[in-house]
Amino acid sequence: MSKMEIRLAGTGGQGLITGTIVLAEAGIIEGKFVAQSQSYGPEARGGMAKGEVIISDEKIGFTKVTKPTFVMALSQLSFEKYCYGLDEKCFVLVDDTIQVPADYDHKKFMKLPIIATAREKVGKMQTVNIVSVGAINKILKICDEESLKKAVLQRIPKGTEELNLKALSEGAALVK
Amino acid sequence: MGKVKLMQGNEACVEGALYAGCRFYAGYPITPSTEIAEGCAVRLPQVGGHFIQMEDEIASCAAAIGASAAGVKSMTATSGPGFSLKQENLGYACLTEIPFVLVDVPRAGPSTGLPTSPSQGDVMQAKWGTHGDHPMIAIAPSTVEECFKLCVRCFNLSEKYRTPVIFLMDEIVGHLREGIEIPEEGELEIVNRAIPEDPAHAKKPYATKEGSTVPVMAPFGAGERYNITGLIHADDGFPTNSTEIADKQVRRLLAKIDDNLDDILSWEETSMDDAEVCVVCFGGTARSVQSAVETLRAEGVKVGMFRPITVWPFPAKKMREIAGKVKKIIVAEHNDGQMLLEVQRVTGLYDKIGFVGKVNGTVITPDEIVKAVKEG
Amino acid sequence: MPSKLVDKYLREAHLPHIWCPGCGHGVLMRDVAQAVDNIGLDRNKVVLVSGIGCSSRAAGYMDFNTMHTTHGRALAFATGIKMARPDLEVICIMGDGDASAIGGNHLIHAARRNIGITAIVFNNDIYGMTGGQYSPTTPYGEKGTTAPYGNIDRPFDIAKIAQACGATYTARGTAYDAVLTTKLIEDGIRHKGFSVIECASICPTYYGRKNKKGSAVDMYTWQKENSIRVEKAQAMSPEELKGKLVVGKLSEDDFPELTEQYQAIIDRVRK
Repeated sequence: MSKMEIRLAGTGGQGLITGTIVLAEAGIIEGKFVAQSQSYGPEARGGMAKGEVIISDEKIGFTKVTKPTFVMALSQLSFEKYCYGLDEKCFVLVDDTIQVPADYDHKKFMKLPIIATAREKVGKMQTVNIVSVGAINKILKICDEESLKKAVLQRIPKGTEELNLKALSEGAALVK
Repeated sequence: MGKVKLMQGNEACVEGALYAGCRFYAGYPITPSTEIAEGCAVRLPQVGGHFIQMEDEIASCAAAIGASAAGVKSMTATSGPGFSLKQENLGYACLTEIPFVLVDVPRAGPSTGLPTSPSQGDVMQAKWGTHGDHPMIAIAPSTVEECFKLCVRCFNLSEKYRTPVIFLMDEIVGHLREGIEIPEEGELEIVNRAIPEDPAHAKKPYATKEGSTVPVMAPFGAGERYNITGLIHADDGFPTNSTEIADKQVRRLLAKIDDNLDDILSWEETSMDDAEVCVVCFGGTARSVQSAVETLRAEGVKVGMFRPITVWPFPAKKMREIAGKVKKIIVAEHNDGQMLLEVQRVTGLYDKIGFVGKVNGTVITPDEIVKAVKEG
Repeated sequence: MPSKLVDKYLREAHLPHIWCPGCGHGVLMRDVAQAVDNIGLDRNKVVLVSGIGCSSRAAGYMDFNTMHTTHGRALAFATGIKMARPDLEVICIMGDGDASAIGGNHLIHAARRNIGITAIVFNNDIYGMTGGQYSPTTPYGEKGTTAPYGNIDRPFDIAKIAQACGATYTARGTAYDAVLTTKLIEDGIRHKGFSVIECASICPTYYGRKNKKGSAVDMYTWQKENSIRVEKAQAMSPEELKGKLVVGKLSEDDFPELTEQYQAIIDRVRK
């Protein structure tokens, strides 16, 4: 049985919860069981935000991530909070703006310019979540590219299709 | 792509309500139930229904009851602080026998508490929040699919017994997104309140037929000009100070529930056949318990789960039956022991019942249940 | 011998009413019946909603679809009825405490929405049902059982509040002047948006006795002598108007009614 427990953490306003919703949609398209949830503070922007999604071949009991198989951190605080004490099989992805201490020794670790890609290559900071989704799917292979596009289109505002599809492919291109 | 849709519990509640025939919603924004109001604002006019954001929680409850008196199935939703405010008119609907569905998505803590954190602290308020002796049905979902299907059931029970029904959700299922297969039209049973056919009904709108405890109900505007009052009233719908009638009326209201337990009660049993330990839980907590039961069973521990889906009335007989079979009962809930009180009361096993509870706004993990079961 | 109006609009089986001798509410209830009759409304389509208090009992006596609700909430229930069933004619009868204290929030928001409900306030300046406590409309300095040394709160002008909050029809009548008050209620019902008709009632039993206002007849005489038609009042100074009742249609504005606006939304988005 395959079960992915994915956690995306960062700052409120980065759209990471939507990111986990898109990944959940991808799971649904692949016929998997999914459970997506989130936690956030009272502020709509700027506080710490965390989105989670479990994608499994079997029915899901507990809906929160307990043994993450994938963690992404897009802010220093979220890196410090969520990227330690993980199972060695867990894949850790962080933005290249994160200052990772020299003694951080998690093996399955990748650093990518996610925020910079959204800002410079796509030209819109708000697409940072979709850039992330593109990169994550390339790493985790949740579904094929076409299905992922469908998933994205179901969950983004009208009029931003082109922008978000560009974000998706730029994100995927980050993972070599 | 199949028919499975990714949906949030709160959204599924809205779709379930529409499926059940709900065509009116009145509400006030409150976390973590706001998506229900937002969903109704979008969806109701699309099906010819009406949405209104009222000035406060009290008014929302009143408006929902008013709409139902006018013959339109209605709903309102809230969270703990708003649930407290809705209690006034909830009691009015009990006594006047006006059906509607009140959704409560509790938050942690008393007062404003922890607005975005899960809790199940409204169990006792659901039953006893409004004053006086009154009937109450409360149903608790534990999956997004149940947010849809059980919402339909809430409407059905409400219409059938002419009584308000509380859909006791929680943040765990309310904000959870899962795949859900939306039932086709006609797939689920839809109950509509019985409407009077006999013109003489107008004279005694609250009279019941032989063998029934539920009077049939005319909508306002259909020609039966009758009176509705929150005062104790006779069969003719008018206030009375008769102690005899007061007794008869309150007892009939309670009998609507007590005489129909077989129809109203529902529960889920998981791995209970040979269970020596039973974990009792409801709503979103069941997700933690399910995972814990799986883990423990894999280790050979004979543990099962009993989940009242109908929380009120509490399935007392079934609980006693289970208590007679298992060696140990553990109650798990996101409060300081509210359903626990009921389990203790109906089994008479006070100190022998284990308890896992949380009041800090975090979710009970499967590991915490596993530990409690192992420690016995 | 009951009048035709009583025959047609009152539930005789539930009379006599509970109001005290001399109370203004009976006259005002009659005015409501007369107004409905003048318009020729179908009784089956009229919904009368009341709150709690002396005034609220009117609902039980009148032969419409009637709903005696909770204290202060009449307009909130009525909003649900009107919103769900715009085809029904919804009238609310409330008392002064009912409408402007515990139900004040509902009053101002019903006005803001301009929902097509007619709100009739039987204002006797006192909580009568509970035995004479001062209300939000008790005049400054007057007494109630909970203002034994005189009321130090300023009273509300209910019609003015309603107008300020967006009610598109406001008027004030009195229990004394049945002809005028009936006409004001009639116009209020005919008006499409939210209408508020504040009706000065009298409470000889509590307010009258507590404040030495004399008999019911004295109190009606006071209303007669101190009512000033709005047209005349416009030419008078605030000093001259002090302690007077300005009666008549106080305001009428044009703004789309709520349920009609909502119907336009339904027509636009319906699938």
